[in-house]
Amino acid sequence: MSVDVQLSRRRFLQVLAGTAGALIVGVRTALATEPPVPLDMLGDTLYGLGVYVRIDADGDVVIGARDPDTGTGVATSLPRIIAEELDADWQRVRVVPLGLGVANGNGEPRWMYGQQVGGTGNSMPRAWRDLRSAGALARWLLMQAAAQQLGVPADRLHTEKGVVISPDGRRLTYGSLAAAAAKIAPPQNSPALKTPDRYTLIGQPADDVDAREIVTGQTPYSFDQHFGDAVVAVLTHCPWPDGQIAEKDYSAAMAVKGVLKVVELKPDPKLPPGQTVIAPAVAVIAETTWQALQGRRALKLSWKPGASGSESTAALEQQATSLLGSDSAPTTRIRDDGDVDKARRKTARRIDATYYQPWLAHAASEPMNCLVRLDKTGATLYVPTQSPQQAWTVVQRLTGLLPDQIDIRVPRIGGGYGRRLDHDYVAEAVLLAQAIDKPLRLFWPRDEDLTHDYYRSGCVHQFDAIIDNKRRILAWNQRVASASAQTGRGVSSDRLWTSEVDVNQLPAGFVPDYRSDWFSLASSLPRGPHRGMPHITNAFAVDCFIDEIAHALKEDPLDTRLRLIGDARLVPLQGGGAIDTARLTNVLKLVADRINWKNWLRSVNGLGIACWYVDGAYVAHAVEVSMQGEKLTIERVVCAVDVGRVINPKGLEGQIAGATLDALSTALNLAITVKDGKVQQSSWKDYPLASMAELPKTVEVITVPGEDDPTGASFLAMPSAAPALANAVFRVSAVRVRRLPLMKELLRLL
Amino acid sequence: MAQDHAAPAPRKADIVPVAKHTGIDLLINGELFNHTGDPDMPLLWYLRDVLRLDGTKYGGEHGEGGADLVLVNGKATSAIGVPMGKLDGKQVVTVEGLADAKGGLHPLQQAFIDEDAIGCGYCTPGWLIASMDLLTRHKDPTDSDIDTLPNLCRCGCQTRVRSAIKRAAASMKQGTKA
Repeated sequence: MSVDVQLSRRRFLQVLAGTAGALIVGVRTALATEPPVPLDMLGDTLYGLGVYVRIDADGDVVIGARDPDTGTGVATSLPRIIAEELDADWQRVRVVPLGLGVANGNGEPRWMYGQQVGGTGNSMPRAWRDLRSAGALARWLLMQAAAQQLGVPADRLHTEKGVVISPDGRRLTYGSLAAAAAKIAPPQNSPALKTPDRYTLIGQPADDVDAREIVTGQTPYSFDQHFGDAVVAVLTHCPWPDGQIAEKDYSAAMAVKGVLKVVELKPDPKLPPGQTVIAPAVAVIAETTWQALQGRRALKLSWKPGASGSESTAALEQQATSLLGSDSAPTTRIRDDGDVDKARRKTARRIDATYYQPWLAHAASEPMNCLVRLDKTGATLYVPTQSPQQAWTVVQRLTGLLPDQIDIRVPRIGGGYGRRLDHDYVAEAVLLAQAIDKPLRLFWPRDEDLTHDYYRSGCVHQFDAIIDNKRRILAWNQRVASASAQTGRGVSSDRLWTSEVDVNQLPAGFVPDYRSDWFSLASSLPRGPHRGMPHITNAFAVDCFIDEIAHALKEDPLDTRLRLIGDARLVPLQGGGAIDTARLTNVLKLVADRINWKNWLRSVNGLGIACWYVDGAYVAHAVEVSMQGEKLTIERVVCAVDVGRVINPKGLEGQIAGATLDALSTALNLAITVKDGKVQQSSWKDYPLASMAELPKTVEVITVPGEDDPTGASFLAMPSAAPALANAVFRVSAVRVRRLPLMKELLRLL
Repeated sequence: MAQDHAAPAPRKADIVPVAKHTGIDLLINGELFNHTGDPDMPLLWYLRDVLRLDGTKYGGEHGEGGADLVLVNGKATSAIGVPMGKLDGKQVVTVEGLADAKGGLHPLQQAFIDEDAIGCGYCTPGWLIASMDLLTRHKDPTDSDIDTLPNLCRCGCQTRVRSAIKRAAASMKQGTKA
């Protein structure tokens, strides 16, 4: 372990020597405020027991949170896993965001903390694999130190709440052992992990570690960080990624008090989306935010379109329907079980439906921003990024600095949803800081955020299902058309579908003849990762279509689902793993019982149900709605999840309730539309997230206790929420909504 | 004790010192400030850029989502929508001013923690301010009262905010009885 400690110290000394100057300089001057993070994690007063754990002589424990927390709770749950294996006293634990851990390995980056990424649903599985042993190792070192001091073999000692206890009752606190423990060489093999019966933190509810600071306004997001001498840049982008300036006059902007410079930026066409400027832009750099905003308003600027100026979301939908309506071969045949064509020939009954889903923006609350300080020997950045390693790549390319000369700090983030897996705004900040040769904060006003995003593509799902006279679904044929989120991002053309459709999504594996085709739409609108994709769009279409089948069969839609899932067994997944049908059936039955599903036919209100499977986790929703005239009220929402072992029940419940509401809000009202290549929504007024009144008063969350390894939960509750809503709307209104956003379509059809 | 956020606006004459000076005088979280800069600058940028009170967040140029709400004379107000020139003699409370001087949380803040009424937390200060305004007008807010909150949240904290407001109302009632 001393190896890593020394590495940390070396980095610390380099910092002291001025490599990343601001780290120390910032702390030592009144001009800049710096969070305590790097010093606490690397400093001398705390004894390092691995890269994640520091213990103070007085017993305070600092645990580093590896992955960026976009509101997913990983800054709480990941350190809880370490604290559990460490047997720390949680009351004495302080959690600090680690920032990017990068060392210089002969000019190549060496990632000190492994993969660091947030909001993609895999923080928890990764943490379960490696962070438990980080805690166990620190505990092992403390026990060795105690064994030496007590003269008792380590295997006869035990620990609890920050204390090592000997068989005769003598107690040594972790704080008193930290200095000695930090000098002990780690074992060849990882120490044994706790058995679950000894857990005292895992499975118990915990407040978010940042909660108190958040409610008192003390949590510094990147946008709240300061370098004392930083200037502020705001910009305006060309409406078209491939457009250019038609006419310009910057004199009025330059005349605004405090405005220092107007800088033009252009995308580097050789780089993938998300690693360069998103569209041509003009930035106004000023001494203060208000001056920069006034300067931006004073820009006299007009743009002219490139080829994308002819695009529209309406034309893209046309392109999709004509592709799906033609006999042309799909871009990719994703899956072809059994023989769909043969099933069609002996058809008893065929059911068809087509679903349309809109383009979407990310609409994260914290605006795109980045604070950067550059000099010849270092770069220090505060970045709201879901992938600090990707941010590093962008900075390194533009600055040519050595790996460990780039210090990327990632405070809590005001929402990510996939938008901050891309780093166009980081590239812009670095380019602008270079242009003005001063520390700089870049910030995007809200209208820039909605009009310049890596959008989620709209999509069309076309289904036909073959039903035999015993009401069994024999064949399922699914054809999806969308513009891949991965185009231009180094993904081979035969894998572009992977962001659009999941090869194992329901009901694949449950229907003997199953075919899944994907058709690629040609579009130059920027696209990128989006929360919960590809599950969101597919769950909506699939779960609504199953409801349509139930209706056509004059059957209870819960029964149709339970029959489709079938007996308790493991249904193997392509690529490994299996769906446990007992767990899927269980979440369905739990929500059905809770919402009193047996009344579904008699109820005046509409009841709807849906379920989904996401990477080892199971989710179901039941929704109850009422309608008075054109007013839709979501009366009740129940969600059941099975994520395996629950780390923090309080955090999980929040994630499930939150993701449910996000999914409902999105399905009810949200769409990005493009006309003449221009995005038509520029404020939350025309991209209307649901208000308090439109949303249900509670989300009833049921979590299934489990022993399986924990899965991610950040977007788990999204896929089945919207189809359960649409299915409930069908029951109450007899209107089948096959197009989102739901309210607009419902009012059109009523 | 928490501050009384519904306190009426202090009369201009109540604000001391009274030495003759120019600019805009305002109370922020109980502290007197004098602004001599651009009167058109929105309060939000004064709070954030000048005072570095960063708890009040930027939502958008139109106050999108309500993340920039502050109490002006007890009333929830968009900080980006109000220029400094209109704040002379006004009393402003930001999220940083909700706890008491010793750092004791207001029952509403505690309720937000207890109910986990927090997603990413970015819009939370705005929800707190709007809820504070609501609780001063309705000691026992109904669901319809709570439905009037103007705030938006991408993370979906709304149901938990609703619970937190009710919890805070109950706890404040208990507090006044005791």
